[in-house]
Amino acid sequence: MFDLLGTTLPSRLLLGTAQYPSPAILADAVKASGTSVVTVSLRREMAGGRAGEQFWSLIRSLGVKILPNTASCHSVKEAVTTAKMAREVFGTGWIKLEVIGNHDTLQPDVFGLVEAARILCEDGFTVFPYTTDDLVVAERLLEAGCKVLMPWCAPIGSALGPVNIMALRSMRGHFPGVPLIVDAGLGRPSHAVTVMELGFDAVLLNTAVAKAADPVGMARAFGKAVDAGREAFCSGMIEPRDVAVPSTPTIGRPIFS
Amino acid sequence: MKLTVNGEAHEVAATTLAELLAVLDYEGDWLATAVNSDLVHKAKRAEFQLSDGDRIEILSPMQGG
Repeated sequence: MFDLLGTTLPSRLLLGTAQYPSPAILADAVKASGTSVVTVSLRREMAGGRAGEQFWSLIRSLGVKILPNTASCHSVKEAVTTAKMAREVFGTGWIKLEVIGNHDTLQPDVFGLVEAARILCEDGFTVFPYTTDDLVVAERLLEAGCKVLMPWCAPIGSALGPVNIMALRSMRGHFPGVPLIVDAGLGRPSHAVTVMELGFDAVLLNTAVAKAADPVGMARAFGKAVDAGREAFCSGMIEPRDVAVPSTPTIGRPIFS
Repeated sequence: MKLTVNGEAHEVAATTLAELLAVLDYEGDWLATAVNSDLVHKAKRAEFQLSDGDRIEILSPMQGG
């Protein structure tokens, strides 16, 4: 069990809902992953359209908690308005706050992010900021009222996995009491294990599951990886050594010559 | 009145946001609306008076990461 800001969750995996081959595969992947939080978005609806209704109906049927995002917002104003619209539609004050600053890397505009976070926190939102691994930005986000941080480990959709382990380790060390969720850049279950072994509280991913050859199988694999990494972190791993150390006791070893 | 709805130009007789939604065949409690980049709550649409040149966004739930 995972206590996230007062909400008890059975899984430390948060899953995105985009890019799946079909709604049925999305639903099966959510179930297979064991996740209890999925991210969703808002987009323009066609006149007379029912796409949004159908998707919303599917998500509600899964019985999971909703974390709406402000994906593709490039300004504070866009992000704040999108967050308010999401709160009305989805009926939750949780918001994954994205303020994108660069078209190529999709890295956050951390200055706009802090400003938007402050506005939304003051308005009663629970802000999950998609941020970098920069410690100073993290401090500013906490000062703005955020109770959780979501650093990237690599650019969105890149599948590179943690490219700066030192920065992630440093972040974990600096904010021991803050829930830290690695968001973006994970490509395979071993990446999830790695960040969970560092002591991160959870991971959020989408593309690595949705674009896998078998999204349902990959969702299940990531669910296990997150559990394994967490249990390893809690169990105290041994440190690597430069010399060999026999694992079989040498006492009582027979001598034949 | 000339309006921009989800990025497309429209010329309509509707004077309130609620009327505009009805005229353009938008219905459902899963829709969110904004006028000129500010949220207009569902409960306020009937009284929200539109002005020439307003930019309206009508959004609904969609897949997201």
